[in-house]
Amino acid sequence: MNIRETCDVVVIGAGHAGCEAALAAARLRMKTVLFTVSVDSIAMMPCNPNVGGSSKGHLVREVDALGGEMGKNIDRTFIQSKMLNQSKGPAVHSLRAQADKQEYSRSMRKVIEHTEGLRIKQAEVAEILTENHHVTGVRTVSGGEYLCRAVILCSGTYLKSRCIFGDVSYYTGPNGLQAANHLSDSLKKLGIRLLRFKTGTPARVDGRTIDYSKMVEQFGDKRIVPFSFTTDPERVQKKQVSCWLTYTNEETHRLIRENLDRSPLYSGKIEGTGPRYCPSIEDKVVRFADKKRHQLFIEPEGNYTTEMYLDGMSSSLPEDVQHAMIHTVPGLEHAESVRNAYAIEYDCIDPNQLDSSLEFKKISGFFSAGQANGSSGYEEAAAQGIIAGINAARKIQGKEPVILDRSQAYIGVLIDDLVTKENHEPYRMMTSRAEYRLLLRQDNADLRLTEIGHEVGLISEERYQRFVKKRDSIRRECERVKTSTVGGADKVQQFLKKWNSTELKSGVTLAELIKRPELDYQKIAEIDEKRPPLPEDVQEQVNIQIKYEGYILRQMRQVEQFQKMEGKKIPSDLDYSEVKSLRNEAVQKLNQYRPLNIGQASRIAGVSPADISVLLVYLEQKKRRENAYAAGKEEE
Amino acid sequence: MNTDTIAAIASGLTQSGIGIIRISGSDAVAVADRVFFMKNKKIADMPSHTIHYGSIRSGGEKIDEGIALIMLAPHSYTAENVVEIQCHGGPLVMRKTLQAVLQSGARLAEPGEFTKRAFLNGRIDLSQAEAVMDVIRAQNDFALHSSVSQLSGMLSEKIRKMRSEILYEVAHLEAALDDPEHLPLDGYSEHLADVLHQLIPEISELIRHAESSEKLSEGIRTVILGRPNAGKSSLLNCLLGEERAIVTDIAGTTRDTLEESIRLDGFSLRLVDTAGIRKTNNIVEKMGVSRAMQQAEDADLILYVVDSSSHLDENDKEIIHLLKGRKAIVLMNKSDLPPVIDRKQLMELTGQPVIAISAREGTGMEEFRQKAAELFDIGEIGKNDQIAVTSVRHREALADALHSLELVERSIDDQMPEDFYTIDLMDAYRSLGSIIGEEVGEDLINEIFRKFCMGK
Repeated sequence: MNIRETCDVVVIGAGHAGCEAALAAARLRMKTVLFTVSVDSIAMMPCNPNVGGSSKGHLVREVDALGGEMGKNIDRTFIQSKMLNQSKGPAVHSLRAQADKQEYSRSMRKVIEHTEGLRIKQAEVAEILTENHHVTGVRTVSGGEYLCRAVILCSGTYLKSRCIFGDVSYYTGPNGLQAANHLSDSLKKLGIRLLRFKTGTPARVDGRTIDYSKMVEQFGDKRIVPFSFTTDPERVQKKQVSCWLTYTNEETHRLIRENLDRSPLYSGKIEGTGPRYCPSIEDKVVRFADKKRHQLFIEPEGNYTTEMYLDGMSSSLPEDVQHAMIHTVPGLEHAESVRNAYAIEYDCIDPNQLDSSLEFKKISGFFSAGQANGSSGYEEAAAQGIIAGINAARKIQGKEPVILDRSQAYIGVLIDDLVTKENHEPYRMMTSRAEYRLLLRQDNADLRLTEIGHEVGLISEERYQRFVKKRDSIRRECERVKTSTVGGADKVQQFLKKWNSTELKSGVTLAELIKRPELDYQKIAEIDEKRPPLPEDVQEQVNIQIKYEGYILRQMRQVEQFQKMEGKKIPSDLDYSEVKSLRNEAVQKLNQYRPLNIGQASRIAGVSPADISVLLVYLEQKKRRENAYAAGKEEE
Repeated sequence: MNTDTIAAIASGLTQSGIGIIRISGSDAVAVADRVFFMKNKKIADMPSHTIHYGSIRSGGEKIDEGIALIMLAPHSYTAENVVEIQCHGGPLVMRKTLQAVLQSGARLAEPGEFTKRAFLNGRIDLSQAEAVMDVIRAQNDFALHSSVSQLSGMLSEKIRKMRSEILYEVAHLEAALDDPEHLPLDGYSEHLADVLHQLIPEISELIRHAESSEKLSEGIRTVILGRPNAGKSSLLNCLLGEERAIVTDIAGTTRDTLEESIRLDGFSLRLVDTAGIRKTNNIVEKMGVSRAMQQAEDADLILYVVDSSSHLDENDKEIIHLLKGRKAIVLMNKSDLPPVIDRKQLMELTGQPVIAISAREGTGMEEFRQKAAELFDIGEIGKNDQIAVTSVRHREALADALHSLELVERSIDDQMPEDFYTIDLMDAYRSLGSIIGEEVGEDLINEIFRKFCMGK
């Protein structure tokens, strides 16, 4: 007899998406089962040994503000931390931390194991069970049935995955783990379109065989900023491990060029579409032929091991070429490779089949998140995971889904891009994808999203009250500097002179001084006699909000326009071919994507502004007809 | 309801008796008050459904006289606040009026947008919904078609080039922000400032050309000034006679002026109030001068005729004062007689180009023609129909792009961090794109990956 069990939510896959999804669902009191092909690889980092980075750091902060785990987990397990772009504007400051990979994985496993209502199960899910376009459960390879009300697909790169270098290819998942070879067929049977994507990872070498004297040491920041808004900054100030910088050279490039015919990418053995943002070293050498060298960052995989990650040298060249090219690099002349670089091909779903809640449009209760949706990166995965987890729980509870829009969060940009744009490669977050990035800063993720996290039920009352206090003191202090004036007193003029700032002819507000390029909130403390003592994070917010007020207001006005369009909902059952005057291309695209609102419709490639106008008129016509009908009924 | 305020020419841009500029939206009245001026009253204080006489102005300049119709929400075509300004039906006057409205807070309406608003606001019957959709569709197709067909290959080529330069810079910035350890931005601000120093004059030139080409299609509104007996009417006769030009008499519909048009090579001068000039031989000479001075306020070009054989008088002083900051040519007439004023002196006094002519003998006319062409950049346009940005929409888009690039310049001056530049750079990219019908889409992301090597 096969086993047969029931629960509320099934999560398939325990990577970064799966962990957040399962934790969110369980914390929202859903009885949740988290499936993984290997319990020892929960929250595994099969590629780069870090969390965060440009725009990805924003995602981690947002996940944290919603009540997710990634930020807390990296705060517990990082070995080096750096705030990138500190010399640039606040919108592009980005936190990145090197992780101890095993600690990261263990720590996450511990959290999961201590979450009530959450169960881990090592098994390969082979089939999604449905009835009348509703999900009813899953079946494992061994035949066990788990009946449930919602399923979240977080299969990462495991679906029919194949790892390749040179002539060698294995049908395995990352790091030699077992691939999931059955589920793809079940998805296809359900009418789900699959894509074949490709990505890759560089080699790992033994740190004992590296000559660091030929490399430039890369230190972490002196003052470490934690990811999570709940982490006490004092508790993360610790001894850090260094990374190292070295470069490829013309000899490396010659070797690569001579062996291009042995690369499965160039000989056509790989069919999947690779990402442009993390090209293999052979790609870089071919596409940027004029570059004489490429940077390589040598990064530790953790404190438990001597393995070092060769950031910048992703490849699928044969083993012998890999070894030879590594040996051309200063400091790596005698490096011994522990793991080879490889490319990995896998099935993922076309995310256009999802709506913005990450539920399949055509299968009720079936959600999907992470690399299974054609994204890339741990952070992108976690961000989708928490949203899918929240929405699966809300679906079961009969509540409206949580959908963040492009003006609220990078998470909103990420999901909107996935569901409305055509994806030809694994999708990576970038700050340039966010139209309103001046508003979507990593420093204010809590101000943007804690309220929502609290409403959803993932933010504790205690944390929420702390947040409200912070928000209020920011407001009060901004108000104060906008209304307090200083005149041309000697002390003030002396101060301005010191900073090479124009002296005052008449009184100005403190805010006006903060806005001067050469001054800021911290600097003017000297002449701001009534300043109350405030925590660092409040001071930072006041400075940013005042200093960049002009730009921020401009973006807020744009957001108003944007939200008008987002607020115009489109009925989910609308048949676009009935809308006269829409062009054929628009009808076809709109029927395929089924946008939630007019704003989303306008972002679909192939839908013109005139189509949007026509659609608006049609919707108004429909509404009036229905109103007239309802009024007629009342009269009866 | 709060809607943005839109405006367009509602009467069609062809020559007709009356031109109608329609303004609709929450701020319609405020916008109209910035353009339409009445004696001692404001449109904002007037009741709905009233008609008022006044003058249409842009900056300090009077464009035309006309009437304003006020129709407040909900009793208007769009059910929003609507002000219609009626002016003379010439394309130039209509365009200028629209431009003034657009500079005063309205945006140019999309094709079919008034009708769309009328429907969405419940002014148009449900049964007409499909007709409304057809109108939107048809007007858009027409606008797109005519807009693209108006573009010369040279112009779209030029705009494409500017766009690709802007996109490259944004991609550079974004790549560096995304991967700061790979691509430093040291010295980038200076580089970008250089790029802007090149782009900004290019766009300004396109706008200037657009203005010139509008003038060209209309004829340059020209007024001849000069004290009595300076030789205005002989100049007129000389211009008309010597050129053997096509002379048309257009009786003004409401104003008591007579216009005559002189075609020079590739462009024409529209001489205003020629009747006035001819009348100056009569007793009311003095009146003629002051009347011409009024006309001169609206003119694109002033021809100031000086009698070089006698000293300047009060009239001259008044005229010289009026020339400040205007496009003008000083014609030193009667060069066949012994002079008492010298050319250099006149140039210093007026700050304008001076040409010696003899209207009676017809000398100096070639130099005059060249100077006029120079003043309006006609030489270039005439030679290689380079840029003919004729539609208001294109000009608006160019002006928007220019404004955005100027904002980038300001951000650089203010030492803002580099990521702030991209906001306005992308706006400029978008505005330029709207001229050639191209949207932004995935351009930036594609450019980043195409041009910059990034990633692990």
